[in-house]
Amino acid sequence: MTESHTEVALDSPWSGGGSPYAMGSKKLGMWLFIISDVMTFTALLMAYSYSRVSNPDWPAHVFPIFPAVIFSTTMTVVLLASSLTMVMAVAAAHRGARGAAVKWLLATMAGGLIFCGLHATEWFHLIEEGVRLFSNPWGSPLFGAAFFGITGLHMTHVMCGVIYLGVIAWGYGTSRFKDEDVEVSGLYWHFVDLVWMFVFPMIYLMSVKYS
Amino acid sequence: MDTHEEVATSYGTHHGGSVKLFMAVWSSLVAITLAEVYLAYLHFPAVTMLLMLIGLSVLKAGLIMAYFMHLRFEKFTLFLTLIPATVFCIGMMTVIFPDSLRLFEVRIHH
Repeated sequence: MTESHTEVALDSPWSGGGSPYAMGSKKLGMWLFIISDVMTFTALLMAYSYSRVSNPDWPAHVFPIFPAVIFSTTMTVVLLASSLTMVMAVAAAHRGARGAAVKWLLATMAGGLIFCGLHATEWFHLIEEGVRLFSNPWGSPLFGAAFFGITGLHMTHVMCGVIYLGVIAWGYGTSRFKDEDVEVSGLYWHFVDLVWMFVFPMIYLMSVKYS
Repeated sequence: MDTHEEVATSYGTHHGGSVKLFMAVWSSLVAITLAEVYLAYLHFPAVTMLLMLIGLSVLKAGLIMAYFMHLRFEKFTLFLTLIPATVFCIGMMTVIFPDSLRLFEVRIHH
């Protein structure tokens, strides 16, 4: 093969010379993971909706304005704020400002921890009211499993995200990681935020207790 | 010519948007969230409420993906690869949903 043929081959996106999506493999991999996780949460929310509609004794109005709705709304705003700090971290990393990027990453982690703290408090409120995985005082026992299963899986994602961002902050701050790594971790964090945008209305707002 | 790794690395830092834009998106997301909470107390029928809340959530998800996740600034091929197939799969999952209404009828009559 001549030199010119080699260059043509490398220039061709479908010949291994470039990237058809114009992005690195880490970022594309994270997008594919996110899509697979979208399917997981969609299936869970679909199962939740199916159970709710098909059970005449489903506890449909269980969340009072305080603490449940106030707490969950605050959690939503905190998670959205942490997404904004994550955007700032990615922007700082893009500029090469390592110190600023690490500070924004730490702020994002703080948002995640506040979210988990508020959520755990909300869980304890429900547990005090007698809600368990397979029983509750109001109706269908599936409610507890569905509620703790979906919100618990989401909280696990948030905790994993906090640890992930911690590793990225350490690695980027010590020049072990590149700015692409910060951006890829940002994709994960925004996805966790995105999932909550569906969990919050479907689990909490569809079940508010009218005064 | 750049090596494959250099090309991929430079693509990896693809970025777009400004702080002002991101603040505007964030403000919109918070405003939609508060609107959802307000709607939740308006005593709409469950199906109407569900459609309204899911519609607003899809809007929020679109804003997050487009601006925070930079999908709007990526090559359109990425959108075409990921989103239509995902929407199709989610649509296929809803196929089982009408059965929940049948089960509800069966249960209240037994």
